[in-house]
Amino acid sequence: MTMKKRNLLLSIIAVIVLFGVANFVQLEMDAYIRRIVNLCMIYAIIGLSMNITNGFVGQFALGQAGFMAVGAYVVGIFTVPVAMRPGVFYATPMNPAIINIYMPLGVALIVGGLLAALIAFVIGTPVLRLRGDYLAIATLGFSEIIRIVITNASSITNGALGIKNIPPLNDVRIIFLATLITFILITLLINSSYGRAFKAIREDEIAAEAMGIDLFYHKNLAFMISAFFAGIGGGLYGALLGTVDPKNFLFTLTYNFLLIIVLGGMGSITGSMLGAVIVTAGLEYLRVFDEPLELFGMAIPLFRPGFRMVMFSVLLMFCVLFWRKGIMGTEEFTWDKFVNFCKHPLAYFTKKGAHAE
Amino acid sequence: MEFFQAFANMTAASFAQHMANGISLGSLYAMIAIGYTMVYGILLMINFAHGDIVMMACYFAFFGITVFHIPWFMTFIGTIVATALLGVVIERAAYRPLRDAPKNSVLISAIGASFLLENLANYLFSGRPMRFPDIPLLSQNIAVGGGVQIQAICFVIPVITIISLVILLHIVNHTKTGMAMRAVSKDYEIARVMGINIDNVISITFAIGSAMAAIGAIMWGIRYPGITPMLGVMPGLKCFVAAVVGGIGNIKGAVLGGFILGLGEILIVAFFPQLSGYRDAFAFIVLILILYYKPTGLLGETTTEKV
Repeated sequence: MTMKKRNLLLSIIAVIVLFGVANFVQLEMDAYIRRIVNLCMIYAIIGLSMNITNGFVGQFALGQAGFMAVGAYVVGIFTVPVAMRPGVFYATPMNPAIINIYMPLGVALIVGGLLAALIAFVIGTPVLRLRGDYLAIATLGFSEIIRIVITNASSITNGALGIKNIPPLNDVRIIFLATLITFILITLLINSSYGRAFKAIREDEIAAEAMGIDLFYHKNLAFMISAFFAGIGGGLYGALLGTVDPKNFLFTLTYNFLLIIVLGGMGSITGSMLGAVIVTAGLEYLRVFDEPLELFGMAIPLFRPGFRMVMFSVLLMFCVLFWRKGIMGTEEFTWDKFVNFCKHPLAYFTKKGAHAE
Repeated sequence: MEFFQAFANMTAASFAQHMANGISLGSLYAMIAIGYTMVYGILLMINFAHGDIVMMACYFAFFGITVFHIPWFMTFIGTIVATALLGVVIERAAYRPLRDAPKNSVLISAIGASFLLENLANYLFSGRPMRFPDIPLLSQNIAVGGGVQIQAICFVIPVITIISLVILLHIVNHTKTGMAMRAVSKDYEIARVMGINIDNVISITFAIGSAMAAIGAIMWGIRYPGITPMLGVMPGLKCFVAAVVGGIGNIKGAVLGGFILGLGEILIVAFFPQLSGYRDAFAFIVLILILYYKPTGLLGETTTEKV
């Protein structure tokens, strides 16, 4: 059996096992666990999408919350059953042009992703000429503008009231499939010639341009793909919550994904997946810090609401200051490494580089 | 059409009020933008935490007056000193260890510092909005005729801004420290070779920038008394835009940019009331336009890209 066949087989087995786990979680676990697992996977999708621009192309964009909002609102607007709409839009009646359009969730997700990509194209054309800090501020600004527009366009988005009664998506398996498809598509993209062009731009823009890579085209493409998956992730997020509200998509939401990709490793797909699970599950379990804690009959004064987020930001700072590579760096998890590790578990710790190939 | 209607309906007194609002907001933006532009000039990084330094300064002044009952002018001096220290501490803890790291890491660290300050404020002072205490004389309204009242601080803000600017320009242009700062911003490596202590210069820059932010923050608190942990975010982003509009690294440019944004924001809402919901979007549209047509800003020098 060749290595390639073995790796494919291992991948298929892993997917089947993971699907089994998803099925188990769906059928056997309580709603709280289901929610955390769902959130982990959705954050993984958005973390991956953010990693395309930030990790692979090296363009520091902070617009993920805005693109999520687009996806979530498309799902919110079009999947609420037509009969329930007057109840949702009680303050401002819904725009007659869209009041009778209903889409099933799958279609709405794709439409949301495409709309996010379109907006990314419009934004990207002026913004991607900027570098580094400017790009960060401009994308952050646009993510806020998207939110401001959503807050003000009451007849379409119900304004600050948000949209309620979105048919909830409470199936771990479906979200698992969405995550899997995203993972496969992004892996294919990164391993294609486009992916190599992205990495070339990250390493040295001027050299990449000299090699004949169209910088603007590739940056814009990456930005649009990133927005597309962020839109899908946002749509799933909206469907998971069952309500969308402009306040959900404050730009601080983007910081979650920033932590995910920094912790997992900028420029590593599997790193983002790991980072998403650690950050999301970690943030949920850190909720203990928000509750008063009594130890040996003494109340520990540190523990009160807000402490969790302090820990979260300290963690982000810690990662950047002392652990800049994150878990994976720019490496990927591969079966070859895994098999090597299983064969010689000790060599990994004793002889660095012995399994480097 | 609506523009002309709004214009026709505007009396001299209400126009004066809008101008007073715009100029005071512009001055406040200018004070905060100076901190951004100075740090960018020297380190070539956005100090994302600058807006949150403003927020912390507001809380310092608030606690000094309402909790510790320190006389307000003493509190203000204490606030300026404490905020300058805070700026220096942030630079030491979050930026100095990354002096040789890739730029994106520094940017993430700055975002982390900003997020940490917000969450810390939320944790320590609670997320509930607090009311900045009234300051005798400054918080009063003055009638200017036509039934229009303008808060006294609106007249004080531009004056303080101009005085601070004059002092700052003197420091930068006519003192040894200022010369060192200019040298570091011109060429970091050569300045070091010439025997300038880079770390000291950077600390002083952060101290001065944060002190300016503190002065701005105190006036901000008097002018807009509701203070929350997220108070610094929007002004922070807009003031960075102001610094870019004026030409980043240029102190006078930052002041100019601050005035353009402050006046523009107020006057657009005054003339086009239906756009008031989009008020916060104005700054970012200006940012895109300026970066598209004149990326070095209005007063900036042209730079060439180095390989």
